[in-house]
Amino acid sequence: MGLATSIASFIPYLAPWEFSPTVALVCAATAALYIRGLAALRQRGVRAGFWRPFSFLLGLVLIYGSLQTYFDFLSQHMFWVHRLQHLVLHHLAPFLMIVAAPGPILRQGIPAAWRGAEQGLWHRSAVRPVLKLLQNPWVAGFLFVGLVYFWLIPAIHFGAMLDADRYRLMNWSMAVDGVFFWWLMLTPRSAQGAAAVAYGPRLTVLVVTGFLQLFLGAFIVMDKGILYGVYGICGRAWAISPLVDQQVGGCLTWIPPAMMSLLGVLVVIHHALHDSEPSTALAGPVTAPAMMPAAVRAAAPAAVAAQ
Amino acid sequence: MDVRTDVGGRDWRTGARTSRGRSLLGALMLAAAALAALAGCARQPAFKLQSINGLLPALKFNLTDDDGRPVTAQDYRGDVVLLYFGYTHCPDVCPATLAMLSQALKGLGASASKVRVLFVSVDPQRDTTALLKRYAGYFGPQFIGLRGDDDTLTRLAKRYRISYHRDPPDQYGNYAVEHSSAVFVFDQKGRARLLTGESDPPATVTQDLSRLIASN
Repeated sequence: MGLATSIASFIPYLAPWEFSPTVALVCAATAALYIRGLAALRQRGVRAGFWRPFSFLLGLVLIYGSLQTYFDFLSQHMFWVHRLQHLVLHHLAPFLMIVAAPGPILRQGIPAAWRGAEQGLWHRSAVRPVLKLLQNPWVAGFLFVGLVYFWLIPAIHFGAMLDADRYRLMNWSMAVDGVFFWWLMLTPRSAQGAAAVAYGPRLTVLVVTGFLQLFLGAFIVMDKGILYGVYGICGRAWAISPLVDQQVGGCLTWIPPAMMSLLGVLVVIHHALHDSEPSTALAGPVTAPAMMPAAVRAAAPAAVAAQ
Repeated sequence: MDVRTDVGGRDWRTGARTSRGRSLLGALMLAAAALAALAGCARQPAFKLQSINGLLPALKFNLTDDDGRPVTAQDYRGDVVLLYFGYTHCPDVCPATLAMLSQALKGLGASASKVRVLFVSVDPQRDTTALLKRYAGYFGPQFIGLRGDDDTLTRLAKRYRISYHRDPPDQYGNYAVEHSSAVFVFDQKGRARLLTGESDPPATVTQDLSRLIASN
């Protein structure tokens, strides 16, 4: 009985603090697309295994959960929980989603009637230059760190935590930029099409952005004043010293993002060793062997030997 | 007017303004006038308190006042409204904040009658109508205690992005309520304008309130 009651008492906390139809719709549509893609591939006898779908869907659930549960209330009223929310939205969840190489599976999930439109979209004259600019690793890196710095400028942060629209914009910008940045960094070169980013610049961007976030986090931890008074004004979720709140939040800005950058470096090195032959990986139309990580791994020694 | 003779909005032969030139000039003057009007708006008296212009939604609520009457934000239109969340058993922050506001209102003199301080209880269980009336009245005639049920309170808290949290009661049944420290200032039209709190000097609050009263 104890367990059932404690589970039941937890349910209200899973309800959205402020319901957002957009978040719900985008998350549901992405999940539907992915599951459709998995089913379509399975019909052709291609299995994605357990870990890739697990990683992708876990990332998606984390994004939804951090935005549409009681956790969002805590994020609005506690600086360190807010930093944790952004760690999930900007780093952890997108990383989990992208490292699962979901592109080919998602593409399979697109209804056949829309597939042409999807292909055409990336080649539109209005879309292409924007995409090309964003795909520049330095621009992407600047955006990635710039957004973190921007929303943490005390005056900007004040507005974002009070104004509901700015708050939503801030969280969306984190999630969208997170997915895009990690896609650019972690997708095998061969699966990125014409604008693929070489591994060398990726490593540099990951290291530089890692250090820049480290500086910001350290600055927040070391600062002796209260940088973000808005949490005191609106009331914290529970009694905690404002400085402790700030320092824990600073630590979350300092250490985990740097760890994620390091993990990113490892993934890129892995790709650099195993994906040097463009034909071996998850590029273009999905073929059965390309879908299988085992097949990629099997092809790797040959690729290394060919270098 | 022949387009070919129109150079830079003037007839190249006579130097007279063409119709195109006139309309261009007119548009420029209009733009200049609009800019001047904008600059006029920007020249509003500078407030010393933190501005929350455009950050929070307009004043809106359904509560019960300390006479037991149901009230809405509409009942306070035309007055500058100071919205504050607290509770009568509050040991320190609430009395200090309300005392500061009381002093600031005294500084306003006669125009203090154009200000209402709405003290919304985050502890409606203990804060009865009678208790709220006695408590609010202690700080001045402009102070009004408001209460509502938990649902109403939660909605209001979401709207103004504040939090309150009841601590578990001690052995005597006493408990504290953690809550926001902000006083939101709304103008006569119910728009969120300024933010103040316990630590602001009353004189500054007086000054900004009188500016706000004068600007409308």
